[in-house]
Amino acid sequence: MTDVALWSTAAVAGPLLGAILTLVRGRLFTQLGLAVAAASSLLAGLGLTRIVALEGPGRHLLGGWGAPLGIELLADGLAVIMLLTTAGVGSAVSLYATAYFGDVDDPGMDVAPGGRAARFFTPVWLLLWTSLNGVFLSGDLFNLYVNLEILGLSAAAVVTLAVTAKATLAGMRYLLVSLVGSMLFLLGVALLYTAYGTLSLEGLAAAGPTGVVPAVALGAMTVGLAAKTALFPLHAWLPPAHSAAPAPGSALLSALVVKASFYIIVRLWLHVYGVGLVGAGEGALLFLGALGAGAVVWGSLLALRQLSLKRLIAYSTVAQIGYLFIMFPLLPEVAGGVAQEGEMGWRVDAWGGGIYHAVSHAFAKAAMFLAAGTMTYAVADDSLPSISGIAHRLPMSFLAFGLGGLSLAGLPPSGGFVAKWLMLSAALATDRWLWAGIIALGGLLTIAYVLLVMRYALEVRETPTAFRSVPRRMEWTAMALALTAVALGFRAVEILDLLDVGGAAPW
Amino acid sequence: MSTDLIYLVTGAGVSMLGFRGFVTRAHLFWKILGINLMGSGIFLILIAAPPRLPGGEADPVPQAMVLTGIVVALSATALALGVALRVAVRTGRPYLEEEAGDPVDHPTAASEIRREME
Repeated sequence: MTDVALWSTAAVAGPLLGAILTLVRGRLFTQLGLAVAAASSLLAGLGLTRIVALEGPGRHLLGGWGAPLGIELLADGLAVIMLLTTAGVGSAVSLYATAYFGDVDDPGMDVAPGGRAARFFTPVWLLLWTSLNGVFLSGDLFNLYVNLEILGLSAAAVVTLAVTAKATLAGMRYLLVSLVGSMLFLLGVALLYTAYGTLSLEGLAAAGPTGVVPAVALGAMTVGLAAKTALFPLHAWLPPAHSAAPAPGSALLSALVVKASFYIIVRLWLHVYGVGLVGAGEGALLFLGALGAGAVVWGSLLALRQLSLKRLIAYSTVAQIGYLFIMFPLLPEVAGGVAQEGEMGWRVDAWGGGIYHAVSHAFAKAAMFLAAGTMTYAVADDSLPSISGIAHRLPMSFLAFGLGGLSLAGLPPSGGFVAKWLMLSAALATDRWLWAGIIALGGLLTIAYVLLVMRYALEVRETPTAFRSVPRRMEWTAMALALTAVALGFRAVEILDLLDVGGAAPW
Repeated sequence: MSTDLIYLVTGAGVSMLGFRGFVTRAHLFWKILGINLMGSGIFLILIAAPPRLPGGEADPVPQAMVLTGIVVALSATALALGVALRVAVRTGRPYLEEEAGDPVDHPTAASEIRREME
């Protein structure tokens, strides 16, 4: 168990230590802080994965204090998958950021006076990383709340690092939404503690919350978290915020931050309330799925109408978040009451598909935002016409964008393909053609808006636009992320097996 | 019990007032104040609602949580006020403009004054 203690502590303490280091002025400390954070997160992710895969879920009581006052860190299959995703995306984005903010003079139009964003991006991002790892490892509701707040504050701060009026307004709106969401979450925590006298997720799950008070608590927490996840129709804050942030920030927000609040929704709905949702909760699961379907259609249609590259990608995030929620009605209980052993094959599918989508979307979307950031860095403009012909100048970034889009659209071979295939087969196996139709429609719309960008990028232009040369590092980090998103399509079995470890699903 | 009930009802009332303020007031300062009130109300609920320990003593766990919550609320308010100030400086007004067109960078009050003087 000492290994669990070491790695789970390192996952949270490493990025925090890194954030403190980067507060010392100077390039050396910035790089040192990033290195500490990335190394501890990667090692912790791999170390915990090894333990979880070999020995099952691990737990660590910080300082030897257990519930109710102590802090309990839990690592199961789902948690380590999210940790690893964060470590992978986070490390690549960190590398990108050192190049992007490298020359203080002029990193792109979105950080024009530059210096402040360049100086404060790293500490804010490492604090964000701390809270992400904290959310994934938290074993009780109150620590989830605290980490969620740190996450919300640092995420909003990332947006306001860009100095335009647009970014400041978008960040303000994001911060307000995020704070109200946290309040609703805290209200739910208060109600659950009143009803059951415990905050631990396992304790609550064992109590099997049913009845009016837990239902109200779940409702309040879900609304708050859905607002933070930008689930349709609470998504209006996302496109301005994600598109106005500096490019590495956009990638982090779209790839990781929205997944953290989604992760808490999954924990609550499936692990804490799981069994109680059979029967009475079916309507609620369907409702979540319907919102998800709305997000897929609405987000994709709006993405097609955008004239700005980063806004298009941000609307695509709104759409892809929808898939995460389409998972809920495809979960087994709705299909046919309490499950039989023999039906295990289908039930794993929707669950595995949803989580696989969260992971592959993280890599693909980060790649797309970074590639888009490279393009707008080069031409100092974010409008689609201004990137025309960019594929000839920045072939590697263009390819990274394309590969990310391939995974997003669910074309084989890619992580996105596995995710959508699993969800589609779960829908078809239970004869729910409507859901299958929406999953397929969303894929087609995704192809449409990815091709829209490619059409501009591939145009042959006679009058060359002003073009600034791009550090190589910005090109290959995006490429590495895109290749990972594609490679996820080849390692599905191992990842899905890992996901099954340790009460990943309540049934 | 009756004392606890008073706190509970007050807490619910205060947080609802806060939410009302957040929704209806356009000025950013009022919105931030509204969120603060929501938080205070919920803290009150958290203190008053959980059943007392056998022997009539108050449960210490919610108190620990509220203490932490106050620290969190303080930093959230500080950040929100800072961003709100910057909104006021950059756009010239302390409101969230609605989607009507892209917001334009507004010359800050300071630069305005400087120009007037020159």
